[in-house]
Amino acid sequence: MYGGQQLNKEMKQFFIFVKKECLHIWRDRRTLFILIWMPVVQIVLYGFALTNEVKNSKIAIFDQSRDQATMAISNEIAASRYFNLVKNVYSYEQIGATFRQGKIRMAVVFPRGFRYDLLHSNHAQIQLIADASDPNTANTLTNYATAIINDYQQSLNNNADLPYTIKTQLRMLYNPELKGAYNFVPGVMALVLMLVCAMMTSISIVKEKEMGTMEVILVSPLKPFRIIIAKTVPYLLVSMLNIASILLLSVYALDVPIVGSLWLLLGESVLFTITSLSVGILISNGAKTQQTAMFTSMMSLFLPTLLFSGFLFPVENMPIPLQVISNVVPSKWYYIIVKSVMIKGLGFSAVWKETLILVAMTLTLLSISIYKFKIRLA
Amino acid sequence: MAKDKVITANNLTKKFGAFTAVDAISFDVEKGEIFGFLGANGAGKTTAMRMLCGLSRPSSGQATVAGFDVYKQTELIKKNIGYMSQKFSLYEDLTIRENIRFYGGIYGLSDNRIKEKTEELVRQLHLEGQEKSLVRSLPIGWKQKLAFSIAIVHEPAIVFLDEPTGGVDPITRREFWGLIYEASARGITIFVTTHYMDEAEYCNRVSIMVDGRIDALDSPANLMKNNAADSMDEVFLHLARKAVRSAD
Amino acid sequence: MKSVIVDQIIKTYRNKKSVVEALKGISFSVEPGEIFGIIGPDGAGKTSLFRILTTVLLADSGKASVDGFDVVADYKQIRNRVGYMPGKFSLYQDLSVRENLEFFATIFNTTIEKNYELIKEIYQQIEPFKTRKAGQLSGGMKQKLALCCALIHKPSVLFLDEPTTGVDAVSRKEFWEMLHRLKTQGISILVSTPYMDEAGQCDRIALMQKGEILSINTPKGVAGEFKKPLWAVKADEMFPLMNAIKKDPSVESCFPFGQYHHVVFKTDENNKERLEQITREGKYNHVEIQAIEPNIEDCFMALMKE
Repeated sequence: MYGGQQLNKEMKQFFIFVKKECLHIWRDRRTLFILIWMPVVQIVLYGFALTNEVKNSKIAIFDQSRDQATMAISNEIAASRYFNLVKNVYSYEQIGATFRQGKIRMAVVFPRGFRYDLLHSNHAQIQLIADASDPNTANTLTNYATAIINDYQQSLNNNADLPYTIKTQLRMLYNPELKGAYNFVPGVMALVLMLVCAMMTSISIVKEKEMGTMEVILVSPLKPFRIIIAKTVPYLLVSMLNIASILLLSVYALDVPIVGSLWLLLGESVLFTITSLSVGILISNGAKTQQTAMFTSMMSLFLPTLLFSGFLFPVENMPIPLQVISNVVPSKWYYIIVKSVMIKGLGFSAVWKETLILVAMTLTLLSISIYKFKIRLA
Repeated sequence: MAKDKVITANNLTKKFGAFTAVDAISFDVEKGEIFGFLGANGAGKTTAMRMLCGLSRPSSGQATVAGFDVYKQTELIKKNIGYMSQKFSLYEDLTIRENIRFYGGIYGLSDNRIKEKTEELVRQLHLEGQEKSLVRSLPIGWKQKLAFSIAIVHEPAIVFLDEPTGGVDPITRREFWGLIYEASARGITIFVTTHYMDEAEYCNRVSIMVDGRIDALDSPANLMKNNAADSMDEVFLHLARKAVRSAD
Repeated sequence: MKSVIVDQIIKTYRNKKSVVEALKGISFSVEPGEIFGIIGPDGAGKTSLFRILTTVLLADSGKASVDGFDVVADYKQIRNRVGYMPGKFSLYQDLSVRENLEFFATIFNTTIEKNYELIKEIYQQIEPFKTRKAGQLSGGMKQKLALCCALIHKPSVLFLDEPTTGVDAVSRKEFWEMLHRLKTQGISILVSTPYMDEAGQCDRIALMQKGEILSINTPKGVAGEFKKPLWAVKADEMFPLMNAIKKDPSVESCFPFGQYHHVVFKTDENNKERLEQITREGKYNHVEIQAIEPNIEDCFMALMKE
């Protein structure tokens, strides 16, 4: 009886199952939407918006010569699509301040008597100072600048008997060894806190709803507000633990020092934890199942943190609409704060703006989520 | 003759570590019988049923279902039995017709046969015009009846029903048993567990499991006589109350 | 003052593709210290009703009050004083018996010791397992634990939504024995169940089906409302017998009821003779025929058909 007939039966069995699965997917509109649109969104994002390539990076020039040569080079640099000259500075202190304010990624410094040196000794120097808290970008920028300078050098040499050399001296601020860890430790901190706090909190609250225990504890003197706070406290504690372990590992295993104030860093981290918790509560208000909570957390927190906080892809290289979106992602601000405090060693005066933004976000989120917290099942 | 026995079980046992869930049960079920398999929660009913359906490997003992061995021929068992439980029955997001098509296909029915069966089922359950409705939209009583009919779409030798009438209204419950009677009259053996003791009285024979063993196996009439009881409810209370293992 | 008053409660669930009228205008009341049973199958609206009364769901219209407090305006007071056991097992599976009890005692601002007398008899049955995780208890044990947690704060009204569903007959019986003992403490108990035979355990019952109340009365009263003649028949050949009886024009309905078929006739005339004739013609063996009093299930089914 085996052979053709049996095989036929088994194929039929198989295909009917396949057909059923297709029907299930087709009828679950929400998942279908995501399945079809996700790749499109990804391609658009990665293709057009998210790029490691640096363009329009903000730079400053400190020209101590202001002669023909330096002006020529400055113009070349400024005209390049990679750079966006935002400031001409007039002292090293100013350079320092501008970097601290986070306004520039690189500074070009021409020494006194640049052209004179070139003409009389065929040899001059240019200093490039880059913000190496993001070592990849720093590298790229200095490479571009060096290339432009070499071009100029080349053009000089075309018309000369003796070769001219313009040497570029690189100085990488904050991260002289260009360690990748300097960039990703702050990023990981933002990610981990968002994940643990927001996702786990929302899942935990929704789990009560799913298991049916929420129904029972609602019918008790326990104020719903207290339920939320009780749910978030363990994750607050876990987050503190996580931050501690990440910092310990960074300092002792990865050699990423905490240059600035540890207390400030911890304080900001607590703030961000609370921000993340509020997001978690907000998500739990809408989600009916743990799966939905998890999925929403991933889509609205994890991915945006990954993509828009600035730690994988520099924000200023994205199209304007995405830059605007990135402002709404709390992790972006936290990432800036951590980098400033931990890597750059800056104080509160440098990060008060970002802190204020986080505080405002937290208060807004908390108010909305508490207001919307359902004191009933429906 | 073994051929007329749809289920044979001999000292069938299932242990989970030190815990003996099913303790050497022995019984037979004859073709066309309506066999009630009763017991308190935790008595071992579900475990025993799983072994008979080929879903769980016994620790020791022998058993055959529809003539096939529960150790070596589980795939053949599954092809020749039907199964329906209160918790699972049909795919809610598929239509009635699609559910029939799917299960028919799984059991290897030809396209023509599936078509025939669909018409037959729809007529029998008075679901004309609703073939394309999603199962989700049916009231629960209809779902159960439909699930049963689909469980026997391939005319198996025996169908296992795990508390099929839980929570259903009394009229639908009885209509359900009407379907069971008809199936039984067609020669399909019915193996059913239930918490409704009056349903136990519809069975030809009933077994009652207590603490993993079969404490009683007889027709309802005999059980009532032997236990000086007026109803299966009383019989059950009398026997199940002796249970030691009520907390597991 | 009545423990629970329900007045024309309506609740409809609107979905993208469907509209379900769960409660179509329910009204009833419960006296203090009463065991009031809501008897009805799945889909009757029992759970929706209980959720509205325990204030975790809002009705679309109508009013309800518990212990004099309105379920909408005074929900906080109600949540402080009622005990609730929803349909699914809703305690913490990964906490032990003891931990669950402590949790519920504490959120109700009391201790296990304070009201121990109330739960003692029930708790003693599960006390040997007090360190076991709740998820690992058997169905009957879980029920008992849930009941303890609902009673731990000495509620004035107890809402039990299908506490005996899926539980075997022995545990069910024990559960009702426990409820009767609670009654003596003056607690009003509102309990829903799909098992018709449990109706007899209540002081008064409301029969519910598809969002409507079919009847409210004492169990005896409900039986008394059943006016048509009811007979029980049995023979060796039950299935063919039922088909034969159903064909008879004087028969209103014939349903299997365990060992006997219950036959409802349209009128009072010659019913016994009709049955004797049918059984004679079918040549059935071991025939028994007798007139009987209706039970709750008979009444429910008759009301359903109206």
